[in-house]
Amino acid sequence: MTDLTVKLPGMTLTNPVMPASGCFGFGREYSAFYDLNQLGAVIMKAATGNARFGNDTPRVAETASGMLNAIGLQNPGVQRIITEEVPYLAGYDVPIIANVAGSTIAEYEKVAEAFNHTSSVNALELNISCPNVKEGGIQFGADPDMAASVTEKVKAVSGLPVYVKLSPNTADIVTIARSVEQAGADGLSMINTLTGMQMQLSRQRPLLANETGGLSGPAIKPVAIRMIYAVKKHVSLPIIGMGGICTAEDVLEFLLAGASAVAVGTANFTNPYVCPEIIKQLPRVLERYGFDSAAEAIGRGHDE
Amino acid sequence: MKKRTEMTVETVQEVALDTIEMKLNHPYISTAAQPGQFLHVLAEGHTLRRPISIASIDREYGTITILFKVMGSGTKNLAAMKPGMEVNVVGPSGNGFTVQETPARTALLVGGGIGVPPLYGLAEELQRKGIGVKSILGFQSRAHVFYKEKFERIGTTYMVTDDGTLGHHGLVTDILDKAGRFDHYYSCGPIPMLKAVREQLRGHPGFLSLEERMGCGTGACLACVVRAETESGYQKICTDGPVFDADEVIL
Ligand SMILES: Cc1cc2nc3c(=O)[nH]c(=O)nc-3n(C[C@H](O)[C@H](O)[C@H](O)COP(=O)(O)OP(=O)(O)OC[C@H]3O[C@@H](n4cnc5c(N)ncnc54)[C@H](O)[C@@H]3O)c2cc1C
Ligand SMILES: Cc1cc2nc3c(=O)[nH]c(=O)nc-3n(C[C@H](O)[C@H](O)[C@H](O)COP(=O)(O)O)c2cc1C
Repeated sequence: MTDLTVKLPGMTLTNPVMPASGCFGFGREYSAFYDLNQLGAVIMKAATGNARFGNDTPRVAETASGMLNAIGLQNPGVQRIITEEVPYLAGYDVPIIANVAGSTIAEYEKVAEAFNHTSSVNALELNISCPNVKEGGIQFGADPDMAASVTEKVKAVSGLPVYVKLSPNTADIVTIARSVEQAGADGLSMINTLTGMQMQLSRQRPLLANETGGLSGPAIKPVAIRMIYAVKKHVSLPIIGMGGICTAEDVLEFLLAGASAVAVGTANFTNPYVCPEIIKQLPRVLERYGFDSAAEAIGRGHDE
Repeated sequence: MKKRTEMTVETVQEVALDTIEMKLNHPYISTAAQPGQFLHVLAEGHTLRRPISIASIDREYGTITILFKVMGSGTKNLAAMKPGMEVNVVGPSGNGFTVQETPARTALLVGGGIGVPPLYGLAEELQRKGIGVKSILGFQSRAHVFYKEKFERIGTTYMVTDDGTLGHHGLVTDILDKAGRFDHYYSCGPIPMLKAVREQLRGHPGFLSLEERMGCGTGACLACVVRAETESGYQKICTDGPVFDADEVIL
């Protein structure tokens, strides 16, 4: 039997596969397709201090091997997430990771602090990499000092392990990763979407109402692998890897590059059963490439 | 409940310019489907599924008919499917039309272009329930017109074309008063048309079927939202809709 268990700060996962933030809501919709207990964990949709409506529509566009989105962090606000959504997910036996967003450091602190008051959330994913909001988001993720500062402040108010979600929209992701490691991050989550744009020929204008959007899906997988590989060489924090994962083979690529667990986003849209299907395939794929456990494959792509 | 499943193509034919009618077989989907719901169709090689309305349901033969316009590469791939091939769908998706049960009533259907297909399944359902149907159907030109005779078999049907090559020359909203008395209306088409229809028919109970670019199609990603007079301030087109009470959504 191939052992899929992985240990991460704040949680032990029965397998390393979880749905990515923003691509799975708060779990209710996909629970109509399958039992969420099969998942390694669930990362919830971003939470902000107050409810947000998000951007105008259209909010999504399709691209070659992927998509652009500019949802704009629509969510009911952290309080309602805690009272209405967390209890639903807590009915399942899977670790819950809360994605924390904000326009100011104070808002990040407020949201992070609010999650101290529920016993069901295992960890925070600090979203300093959302490219689709005018204030906050990526602004904190593109600069090493800002990234460190928000990490430090959130660590100071939160009782939970903090995974900082990094943006690929930066010249030097290794510097950012090192900087948040020094600031006390417990883990990294990477990558968020790459900023892009699509022109609509019929209107001769950008298709998305927000004009720019975040590119996700198979198109960005090589970028994610490259960045995880680079960060793993210089940082000792565990990494939750994501970006274009569609198959169990993709998961193994991420583990080899240095991820300890993975998140699947866009692929849920193409195939609502993609997470349980990958989990089912994973033991066979690990075995085929000579691994007795998922943990054994982590970072093995770096071996001399 | 919606399922992801393979439906078998039974027939494929071009019924108007760039417009394909496709009959798909699936015992479960055809039993569960309601007019106004849609199939979220996987177009081979594409990341996002394509939402296509259910245009007609034949529960006895276990089939669903869809009608779609070839727009980009997703619908082009779909149009190339041959009988016997399988189409991967998630369906029946969304909330369809609410059909009032009261007999001896009349409904007005107002459709524009590719908004016409879901209204056909609705017309059939209304007819089965003994409700009178009047239809006003708008198309770009005579070459784009489909299902004219089918609608005429169900009730009085007024045709409108943008270029005047068939029926009234102009917009569906030019001739709404021609339809005379009706109790409630149902409309599907481009947003500017829906806005104008709602404005003119204010005071009548009505239902609008909306279109928006979708991500997941299951209510999780919040791509296809519309502002609405609800507590949250919005509705999701893919799961709360695509059909909404006309007074509920802010267009
Ligand atoms: C609820 C609903 C029901 C629909 N029913 C029908 C129908 O019965 N018949 C029909 O011909 N068309 C229908 N449409 C529109 C249809 O989904 C699009 O024409 C189709 O997705 C275009 O795909 P494509 O690959 O050919 O075009 P492309 O332009 O290449 O598609 C690119 C992306 O944009 C999306 N997209 C493009 N146009 C639309 C649109 N108008 N609405 C939503 N997404 C769009 C596509 O799904 C895809 O993700 C419906 C749309 C919705 C939301
Ligand atoms: C529709 C959509 C919404 C997203 N919302 C969020 C979000 O709220 N918070 C966040 O940290 N990442 C968000 N993301 C980014 C994903 O979590 C993930 O990092 C990215 O999409 C790459 O993975 P993928 O290629 O598997 O989708 C979103 C992505 C998509 C496609």
